[in-house]
Amino acid sequence: MAGIMIYSDKTAYALQLVTVAQMIAKDAGLAIKAISINDAEQAGELSKRADTYKIDNAAIQVGDTAAVAAALKQTAAQLGANIVLLSSNRRGKELSGRLAQSLGAGCLTDVNSISSNAGKIECSRNALGGATVAVQQIETENQVIAIMPKAYEAAPEAGGSLNDLAVDVKASPLKVLSVNPKGGDSVDIEAADILVAVGQGVENKDDLATVEAIAKALGGEVACSKPVATDKKWFSEERIIGLSGKKCKPSLAILLGISGQVQFTVGIRDAKTIVAVNNDENADILKMADYVMVADVEEVMPALLKALS
Amino acid sequence: MNIVVAMKQIPDLQQVRIRNRQPVFEDVPLTLGNIDKNALEAGVTLKEAADAKLFVVSAGNEELEDTVKEALAAGADEAFLVIDDALDHISSDVSAALIAGAVKKIDAVGIILFGEGSGDNYSGQVASRVAEILDLPQIGYAKAIELADNKVKVVRSLEDCEEVVESELPVVISVVSDINEVRIPSVTQILKAGKKPKEVVEPDDLDIAINAKPIVATLSNLAPESARKGIAVKSVDELVKALTTEGLIGR
Repeated sequence: MAGIMIYSDKTAYALQLVTVAQMIAKDAGLAIKAISINDAEQAGELSKRADTYKIDNAAIQVGDTAAVAAALKQTAAQLGANIVLLSSNRRGKELSGRLAQSLGAGCLTDVNSISSNAGKIECSRNALGGATVAVQQIETENQVIAIMPKAYEAAPEAGGSLNDLAVDVKASPLKVLSVNPKGGDSVDIEAADILVAVGQGVENKDDLATVEAIAKALGGEVACSKPVATDKKWFSEERIIGLSGKKCKPSLAILLGISGQVQFTVGIRDAKTIVAVNNDENADILKMADYVMVADVEEVMPALLKALS
Repeated sequence: MNIVVAMKQIPDLQQVRIRNRQPVFEDVPLTLGNIDKNALEAGVTLKEAADAKLFVVSAGNEELEDTVKEALAAGADEAFLVIDDALDHISSDVSAALIAGAVKKIDAVGIILFGEGSGDNYSGQVASRVAEILDLPQIGYAKAIELADNKVKVVRSLEDCEEVVESELPVVISVVSDINEVRIPSVTQILKAGKKPKEVVEPDDLDIAINAKPIVATLSNLAPESARKGIAVKSVDELVKALTTEGLIGR
């Protein structure tokens, strides 16, 4: 028996997985089962869209990947699921490898898009640090696929059911002591329609006020390349664009002093229009921009702000 | 106690060129993954605090013996290498089986460290697969590790929160690059690296099942096509005018 099972610790991502499951189900004629662990509210939301199985078991801590994987392995066996869709956030990605190993399954993580043909699921994901896009498919009967958050829209409400499911999990050597929300910056650059991104070519911290004013005048958000956040610590990690940061699809991205290493560009190449300002006429970023300005960023920033105000 | 850090030999991505949308690996030197180096640095710090021995474990083609010197110079005490010419571009499942097999050959392993993802494929599966094979608890995305009383206390960095987790040993831990600054080895360390012990085995020497057939097929691997306009603008006014005409600003 074959079927599709979905799980994410985050409700928003679980609802997106329903959409992906429906695409595969439509092609392959499989049943969809949504799993929710120790989260009644999530189970409620999922049950408006799919047949949902709610696990209540105090022995499973969401931070204990071994326990969650053990629970899902049993669930897959009980529900006859061979395709497991997970979210490729950090928890989901960690879970993917473990669950795949226990199911003897091939596994693909960070999947941006899928297409299902006669039961074969072709998955696209970035490879070689974002330099290439690999199209891959899992050859084993059991498959674990982790889908990038926000790659698909949430499924609309369309009816489902809510059921209870019991699993046994052994005592864990691991204890979650505390969970502390990351404070301060709650910006969502992935949701922004306009981004103004700062690279290492912006050398004075004093210029950030101008950058922020430009972003404000445009109704957009400020973002940055990784070193600006992790080395210079000018911004929180929330604002990093790139392979180890956010993948953004704004209508307009204005890139100031960004050289364009592939680890960065992978996070912005889906933007509709890219403007790049750089003083180096050979900067890689100029080859992937719609509007290219070879000029001193220091001088462009105040002029741009003035023109927009 | 022994601490193991698992590292992957990968092509130096800065030197991979794209020709006709295809990646070109010719003459690209091999190196160890960047985040793997953070895992190694974390291992060095833990070993110094706990008076433990640090093993670097890796699987790859013959060049690995040379590539791994970098890790021995940076502070690993010994290398345990699985070497076979067929181990080029190995998949996550094979990599995990070989590393788990190698770890089994090392006594009294307390902590097994990984980077959160390899530099080239970044699938993040290997640490989790190894933890499952060895039936060990795992803690991913560590940004701080404290070792005391045969337990680790780890701060995990997740997207929206930090989670503090305690685990008994042995445990598998993957780290994020923010956990530390990787130190550059001194000349003396580099010179000493060649003399450090290395055990080299073949996959058949390990008591572990390895998938004979690829479990994932790669249908294509191409650089994405970019259809950008590449219009050169001379002034800010010209830029603002163009963006306004396109309806991108001033809405």
